[in-house]
Amino acid sequence: MELFLYTALFAPLVGSMFAALYSGSPKNIIAGIIPSILLGVSLISSTILLVLVLTTGHTLHVEMMTWMATGDLYIPFGFVVDQISVTMMMVVTLVSTVVHVYAIGYMSHDKAFNRFFAWLSAFVFSMLILVMSDNFAGLFIGWEGVGLCSWGLIGFWYHKESATWAANEAFIMNRIADLGMLIGIFLVFWNTGTLQYDGAFAAMQNLDTDTLTWIGIFLFVGAMGKSAQFPLHTWLADAMEGPTPVSALIHAATMVTAGVYLVVRSNELYALIPNVGLFIASLGAFVAIFAATMALVNRDIKRVIAYSTLSQLGYMFAAAGLGAYWVALFHLMAHAFFKALLFLGGGNVMHAMSDELDPFKMGGLGKAMKGTMILMTLASVALAGIFPLAGFFSKDLILEVAFVDHHFIIYSVLLVTAGLTAFYSFRIIALIFHGEDRHTALGFHPHEAYKFMLWAMAPLAVLAVIAGFLFKGTYFEMITQLLPATEYHVHSAVTYWIMTIGTQAFVIAAIYFAYKKYMSKDIKVPDGTSKMENSFAYKLLINQYYIPYFYEEYLVKPYRELSTVCWEKVDQKIVDASVDGIAKVFYTTGVKTRTMQNGNLSTMLKWMVAGTVALLSLAVVFGLAARYSGEIRLFLSGLGV
Amino acid sequence: MEIGLNHYLVLSTILFAIGLVGVMRRKNLLMLFFATEILLNSVNISFAAISHYYGDLTGQMFAFFVIAIAASEVAVGLGLLVVWHKRHNSIDLDKMSTMRG
Amino acid sequence: MFEAIAFYLFAFLTISMFYITVTTSQALYALTALAAGMIFISAFFFILGADFLGAIQIVVYSGAVMALYAFGMMFFDTTRDVKEKQGNNAIILGLGTMAALLIVAIFSAPIISDNISAFYPMTAGAGNTQEVGMVLFTKYLVPFEVAAVMLLVAMIAGIVLAGKKMDISLTLTEEDEIRAMREEQEKEVS
Repeated sequence: MELFLYTALFAPLVGSMFAALYSGSPKNIIAGIIPSILLGVSLISSTILLVLVLTTGHTLHVEMMTWMATGDLYIPFGFVVDQISVTMMMVVTLVSTVVHVYAIGYMSHDKAFNRFFAWLSAFVFSMLILVMSDNFAGLFIGWEGVGLCSWGLIGFWYHKESATWAANEAFIMNRIADLGMLIGIFLVFWNTGTLQYDGAFAAMQNLDTDTLTWIGIFLFVGAMGKSAQFPLHTWLADAMEGPTPVSALIHAATMVTAGVYLVVRSNELYALIPNVGLFIASLGAFVAIFAATMALVNRDIKRVIAYSTLSQLGYMFAAAGLGAYWVALFHLMAHAFFKALLFLGGGNVMHAMSDELDPFKMGGLGKAMKGTMILMTLASVALAGIFPLAGFFSKDLILEVAFVDHHFIIYSVLLVTAGLTAFYSFRIIALIFHGEDRHTALGFHPHEAYKFMLWAMAPLAVLAVIAGFLFKGTYFEMITQLLPATEYHVHSAVTYWIMTIGTQAFVIAAIYFAYKKYMSKDIKVPDGTSKMENSFAYKLLINQYYIPYFYEEYLVKPYRELSTVCWEKVDQKIVDASVDGIAKVFYTTGVKTRTMQNGNLSTMLKWMVAGTVALLSLAVVFGLAARYSGEIRLFLSGLGV
Repeated sequence: MEIGLNHYLVLSTILFAIGLVGVMRRKNLLMLFFATEILLNSVNISFAAISHYYGDLTGQMFAFFVIAIAASEVAVGLGLLVVWHKRHNSIDLDKMSTMRG
Repeated sequence: MFEAIAFYLFAFLTISMFYITVTTSQALYALTALAAGMIFISAFFFILGADFLGAIQIVVYSGAVMALYAFGMMFFDTTRDVKEKQGNNAIILGLGTMAALLIVAIFSAPIISDNISAFYPMTAGAGNTQEVGMVLFTKYLVPFEVAAVMLLVAMIAGIVLAGKKMDISLTLTEEDEIRAMREEQEKEVS
């Protein structure tokens, strides 16, 4: 069975290496196909492991080799396949396989086709390290690995200023958060003496609450960065500068959920500190509605989907924070499927519209792109949480969790967010695929994507439909062997039905409203004159609550000014000056003493005498010191030396 | 007034200083040789004086060898000086700058 | 009393002779003053009872070395002044004095502290020459022989160095020929 583990883990690495070999040569379709096949192999291995875990309930724990062993510190390259990691492995390998195949078509006109696959497979490998590692150090390596690959892929079109800026923003924000996470890991090691999950969590049971709280907070700071939670959320929307497959894989399905994974993985820790859990849940609920409101008005389909991702991550954290770890993980899985699908559909639309992203300039695309329309609508329905698609089972479960745990504020926030989610999802669907044809007038000639790209998306669509009702039972059976098996049932059947049907009705109403509003014939490309666009709320939302502006004005600019001061005053005037000064001293000494070596014997004789005098003086001094050492010592001791 | 060792040492010091000054300020190579002779002789005086006041012959032996060395030095040095003068028609120290770096 | 008078007299004479040697611009004056100074130094040796050393001083310095210098000077155009451009005389003087003082201080240090004892005490009743001979041919025999070889080597070296092309007499050749020879040599050198 270890064979399957290693195959699943290292096949993407081999694929990445293979594609990297071609990175210097012009586009070669092989560089896309081989990594995709290898990822398929990884997917099959993961599936076999999943079947193994499902049927036997056994988990796999291997130690490939020792990584660090110094003193008390022992960190192996250990990998674990248990119920949590096998779920993540399935999600990661499945979505990435789909995305790889899709990207062969999507990137087919890009010059850097080979480089793209090298990065993408490297990302999958890092992500697998992250989810399969059996200790915090390995997790951190994967964590940084995905951060690096994310950087490389956001800035994939590095000739674009905005892309490099977004890549750096994502990278730097993640570094800030990773510092918190590192501190958390250090605290874990300091207090428990080990970084292995099982050992560390076992030791945590005996620690006092304060320490655990700090550990929990610092680890969560890391999760906040990776999962783009408020206030480190701005990078995710900007990360949409990367190619769409990247957005689908990294910034929707896998990497951004790493934070959720971390919290789920550390469930034993967070179970001990319910206050931090409550904070996580509140923050999650806040981010859910916060991001959803920003998605309402945005005029960039990828950004809308990005905010939707942010909002759904908020849901996951809300669930995880309330102790419903298995629900969080379930939503993570379901969300990965339909959000990746949504993104890939968005990619198709982008291609069709020659990289135009404003849905107001589209309209009526459904005629030309039937396949994409069906897939995206499916994904949106799943996202909105309509029965019986995946979103209904996972997202409504979170609402139930909040309700059952009597966190009614969180519940109502999440409920409103559910409505908003449905509204903005169908706003873009309506704007893109239905209503008046606005694109022809602007000179666009949309065309459907390659057939194989649509087929590649099909598995995701199927999963988005069936993942909920088909898997929920099996999944619950499996995952609760490891995670706390809290069943969330509303006690009274009447309340349950009212809640469910009420939510459904609310969501459907939101969808209807969205269709009604955005399919009307008088939708125009906004030009900043309408009444709504000038309202305060609209401006607040379109400017993302002015948070990027705030960061720019109050963090980036002062920091830049401080850096300028440091550069001009400290670096140039002190550091450089002292370094130059040292060099100058030597140089001047050299120039001055060069006259000693002017070849004139008379001068040399003078210097010889001077040297003799110096040496003789030394001899006299040392002679006297040796002779009167007793007295000198007495004198020095008198001085207190 | 008894003449002691210190008198001789002071005399030796004075002569040595004169010799050193000569070594440093002379530009005529021949004069430079004269100055070195002064240096050697001043040392000889101290050797002889120490030998006398301590009743030890070693000082005289040293002075003896110093004289031998001085004689050899003069022989070889003068030979070299003659060769140099034949080549360059000059025994000016300032013009010997072939060692200029 | 006699000793004191002799010491001060010869000290004065020696210092003035050597002073002339290092200050005069005339090579002949310098040579003469040096020779005189050497002889005056031998007087100190006699005062100190080192008769043999005094004799050697006169024979070797005033006889051999000075004669060597005198002959050597015949090769040079001593009438032509070597222009002695001077730097800072104070530095030279200071350095010289300092070095001399320090050397004496170092050499006199063990004497002052009475740390030395005589290795080869003077033999009572024997003359200085006899004593010197005894020590020189017993304890210092090997250095003595080495010094003899060294002198031989120096002699041969002096002859070889100075004696090259001695068959060409500069005084008997014409000016033009000398100039031509010189130019040829300079070409060789460069």
